[in-house]
Formats: sequence, structure tokens, C-alpha cells
Amino acid sequence: MSDHEYTPKSKLGKWFNDRLPVLTLANHLTDYPTPKNLNYWWTFGGILTFCLITQIVTGLILAMHYIASADLAFASVEHIMRNVNYGWLIRYVHANGASMFFLAVYIHIFRSLYYGSYKSPREVIWILGMFIYLLMMMAAFMGYVLPWGQMSFWGATVITNLFSAIPLVGESVVNWLWGGYSVDNPTLTRFFSLHYLIPFLILGLVVLHIWALHVPGNNNPIGIDLKKPSKDTVPFHPYIVVKDLFALLLFLIVFAFFVFYSPNILGHADNYIEANPLVTPAHIVPEWYLLPFYAILRSVPDKLMGVIAMFSAIFVLVILPWLDTSKVRSAVFRPLYKQFYWFLVADVLVLGYVGAMPAEGLYLLVARIATAYYFLHFLVILPILGSKEKTLEVPLSLTEPVLGGSPKESMVRSKKEI
Amino acid sequence: MRKFLKILIFQSFFIIFSFNLIAAERSHDLLSPGWSFKGFFGKFDRASLQRGYQVYSEVCAACHSMKYLSYRNLYEKGGPEFSKEQAKIIASQFEVNDGPNSEGEMFTRPGRLSDNFVGPYPNEQAATAANGGAYPPDMSVLVKARKGGADYIYSLLLGYEEAPVGMSLDDGVYYNKFMAGNKIKMSNPLSDGIVTYSDGTEPTQEQMTRDVVTFLAWAAEPHLEARHKMGFRAIVYLLIITVLVYFSMKKLWSRIESKV
Repeated sequence: MSDHEYTPKSKLGKWFNDRLPVLTLANHLTDYPTPKNLNYWWTFGGILTFCLITQIVTGLILAMHYIASADLAFASVEHIMRNVNYGWLIRYVHANGASMFFLAVYIHIFRSLYYGSYKSPREVIWILGMFIYLLMMMAAFMGYVLPWGQMSFWGATVITNLFSAIPLVGESVVNWLWGGYSVDNPTLTRFFSLHYLIPFLILGLVVLHIWALHVPGNNNPIGIDLKKPSKDTVPFHPYIVVKDLFALLLFLIVFAFFVFYSPNILGHADNYIEANPLVTPAHIVPEWYLLPFYAILRSVPDKLMGVIAMFSAIFVLVILPWLDTSKVRSAVFRPLYKQFYWFLVADVLVLGYVGAMPAEGLYLLVARIATAYYFLHFLVILPILGSKEKTLEVPLSLTEPVLGGSPKESMVRSKKEI
Repeated sequence: MRKFLKILIFQSFFIIFSFNLIAAERSHDLLSPGWSFKGFFGKFDRASLQRGYQVYSEVCAACHSMKYLSYRNLYEKGGPEFSKEQAKIIASQFEVNDGPNSEGEMFTRPGRLSDNFVGPYPNEQAATAANGGAYPPDMSVLVKARKGGADYIYSLLLGYEEAPVGMSLDDGVYYNKFMAGNKIKMSNPLSDGIVTYSDGTEPTQEQMTRDVVTFLAWAAEPHLEARHKMGFRAIVYLLIITVLVYFSMKKLWSRIESKV
């Protein structure tokens, strides 16, 4: 939080601000001291905010033309694509927007993992972020059901059926979710309702996420606490704003390539076939961003254990701040953690790949090994690493190596890596 | 500047990578005649679309519906671009069920531009029953509903062969090397000279296949030309503004002794 008291210049401003301090808030957001050494991996917070707003705005327009009915949903999507003015643009932005949203959120999460942004005093920011991620997955899953294509229908059937693994009440829970004895009209209408609700829950959590961020301030690539404001920080506006804008524009170029030149590449062809409860597609695959979890689910032979494993995969992330016992935040000063980090990245990519493949033979074996390693990383390697790893010397401030005479050799080396 | 280049290079790699993904998505074995509607400036071949409509209406429409298109689409920009008069004539050749009228009776009337394409069967069950138990899929979004898209449909139409020795086929089942499982319930629909093109193009099987698949690709994605055009403008605009913002950022950050 900025420390100095803010008083609006105009009388009216002061009158209003005394009653509702929005100008103080605006002033806080503009002056908010931000580490000046943030790299481009830190621009994804802004990009994600943009993604959320894009999804809400395009979704709002789509909902004006979409009809949530098992008989009319598919036709209404085609109506949007053909007859609504720029309906094709709005739908393709919304559909690819979901993928871009997840691309950005994965980069955002892995940035946090690399630089230890989840550690004290930022645990609450991290946990709020994990809840946002969870809600995003729910929103994306329900959104994929709405066009009522073959993948929509069968994806919904497979995922909702997971709850039947719950002992004793599983069957009843699934019927309750469906609103009947199979995925049908009641399922579609409630998914539409929830799909409309969840983004606003996410928006609320995003406000809390940013609020929680503004208490300790940003982490930074060195991972040290900075004095704020100081020579190590810059005001959010205009420095960070312009940098975030530049990164957002680069992101938008990639986004535009997908929307305009390959809008269907991230989807599945089967979803252009209207849902048919009598014909099961050869392979039922979720969207790419859910594939690692799908791989974990399928790698366990027992249904209930598979579901538990899948949810645990997210749960270990929630408790991560207490699993990683190392006092040093940034991987820059953790030579061993750095290697394990990249190994985890590769592991998750492998999980994503095998998640798209049939669960048999070699794929299944690889999925099992990758799943085991995923949990090993969080539950065994991280806690041990905290006490065993020999970390490099961490500088006291960003300017210290420059101003503090001759820096130690280890420091010089690590400075280069940043 | 070097950092800017680095980012640009990174970005190009990303784009090339994602387009490689697209290429990988297409099966290697599929035939492709080289479509005019692919690529950044891809447009439909107008004459081919018109011929394709002829093939569709004279051959495919005997069994396949195309319920999401309307007759007005035939003269709209970016499509076959028949004249409005031609489209009206085409529409009026179809009988449309309408009503009830003021006496409460259902009646049929000639089609109008605003009507959706009239299908060959009253419903899916009738279509299935008339085709030996296999429903001829609606063709409105068929190109997008098949892995491989236009290439796949093109290959399938040219993929009819004699069944290999030892493979027995039931009555009404045909061998096609591009169909999953190689068995298809649609007989080879196109053969040389099955339609007579009014523009004098020779109606070889390959030519007709190419034309009808072009037509189907348009039917599945009627705004493709508008999309490509807008995409090019949007990306050029984004690139320009990105460069401007980059230099603004450089100027602003030059006050701080830190790099961006």
C-alpha cells in the first residue's frame, strides 16, 4: 500500500472522496510501487484480466442469441455463425478466448512456481488464484457443453459420471447433477445457467486476488523483499501499464492468428456433429487445457481412486506454500530446484500429451510414471529440497550489487542469470 | 531493440509451431488439390462454387440435406454470388411446407429467398429408412465436422476402389480407402459426365469433386472470406500499434536506469 495520505485537489473531489474513497483507490492503483526488475513473465496478470473481460463481453452477446435447449442449441449456434452480424467473430473469439485464457493462466502459474511467488507472505494470493483456476475449469467445461455437439454431450457424460464413483450416494449425486437419468435438456439448461454465473464469481475472486497482492506487493525475479517505495520500485502507472500493454499486444497477435486463420484447430471436429445419445464417438477427449488431469484420472485403474488422484493433483497445488519449505523464493538462487522445476514442466507436458492418446499400452505406462512423478515432485522432492539444497547467496536489494562496492562472485553470476 | 527482436522471433516460432500443429492434424495420406481458400488471403473460386452448387443440387441433394443454409446465401457476398434473380429462381423450384393459413390448413408454396434449403426427406428417420439404415449426414457443416476437413471429403469422394481380395462386403456396402474401417454405405456418387456444366468446364470426376468440396467448404464457413480479410487488417493494425507502444515504452523507461 502506498503510505502517504492522498487528498483530491478539487473541493468536489474531496467532498466525494470523504464519502466514498474511490479517488484514493485510483491514486493507490496509479502510484502502487512495483519492482522495476519485473520481467515479461509478470505481464500475464494483466493479460488474464483482459481475457476474463473479453470472455464476459463476448459471452454476453452470445447469450443474446443462443438457445439453451437440447433441440435448438446446435441450430442456434449455427444461427450465430451464419446470420448474426459478426456472430462468427464473436463466437470464435469466445471459443479461442477460452484456450488463450488457459494458455495465459498456465504461464502465470508456472511463473509463480519458478519465482516462488506462492511463498510467505503471499500464500493467500496463491490460494485465491487456485480457486480462480478451479472455477475457470468448471466454466470452460460447462461452456464446451453448450453447443450440444457430440463432444459436448459425451464429454459431459464422462465427466459427470465421475461422481458416480462416490461410494453409496454416487448414483443419486449423478442423477441430481443431470436432473434426470442421462445428460439431457435439464443438464444443458443448468449448465448454461452456471456457465453464466461462474465468470462473475471469478471476477469477484480476481478482485480479492489483486487486493491480496497489493498488501505485500509484487514478488520479483530475485524473490527478495523490496523497500517500497524506493529506488528498486517504479509507480504502476505509467511504467508497468505501458509494459503490460506492450505484452498484451503481442499476446493479441497470437490470439488473432487463431481467431482469424485457424479458429477450429483447438476444438474437436466431432463437436460440429449434433449431439446423438445413440452414437458414441471413437475417442472422447476433453479440451487441451484439461488433458493433464484427464491423464492422471485414467492412469489409475480404480475409478474412485482415479477421481481422488485427479482432485488431489489440484489440491497439492493449493497446499503448495507449506510443501515447499525453502526460505529462498526465486529459483534463480536455487540451482537444484531449478532443474526439478523444468522436469516438472516437462512432466506436465507429457501428461497432456498422453491425455490426448488412447489409454492403453505404452501411453498408459507413461501416464502412470508421469502421474507418480507429479505427486513425487510436490509431496517428496519439494519438502526435502527445502532443507537439503545449498542455495546461492541472495542480494539484499536490487541496487546493492551495483552500489555495494565489489559484489561477491556468486552474486555476479546469479545476476547474469536474471 | 535487440530484446524486441528476441520477442518477435519467439513469437514467430510460436506461430510457426501452432501452424505446424495444424499441418500435423491433417493426415499425410489425404489427397489435396491445393485449395484457393486456404492461407492468409484465401478466397473461394467463384466459378467453382457455382459449379459445386450444381453438383450438390443434382447429385448430393438427392440424399443429403443442408438445413442451415438459406437460398439468400446463394447471392450473398463471399459465396457463389449468383445474381439475386438466379437465387430467386432456384428457391422457387422447391416446394415449401407452410401454414397454417387463416382457414387453419397447411399448404405448400414455392420457396423464397428467406427459406432454408429444402431437404430430400421429411425427417431423419425417413432419410435413414430410405438409405439402407445409414443416415446421410446433413451437409451444412460437414467439412468442419470431419478431421482433415475439405481434404478428407475430397479424398473420400475419390477413394472408391475395388475391395481387396478376401474382403467380403455386404449388399449396399462399398469399399473406400479413406473411410474409417474402409466400409461405406454411400455408393460412389460421382462419375465422369454425370452433370453437364453450363460454363463448358469438362465434368471429370476430379473436377466435380473439387467443385463440390469447394461448395461444401463455403457452406460450412460462409464468412471465411470476410474472416480472412478482417484478420489481415487486424494483424497489420496490431503490429503497427505494437511497434508504437514499444517505442513509447522505451522512451518512458529510459528515465529509469533499468532495462525493459
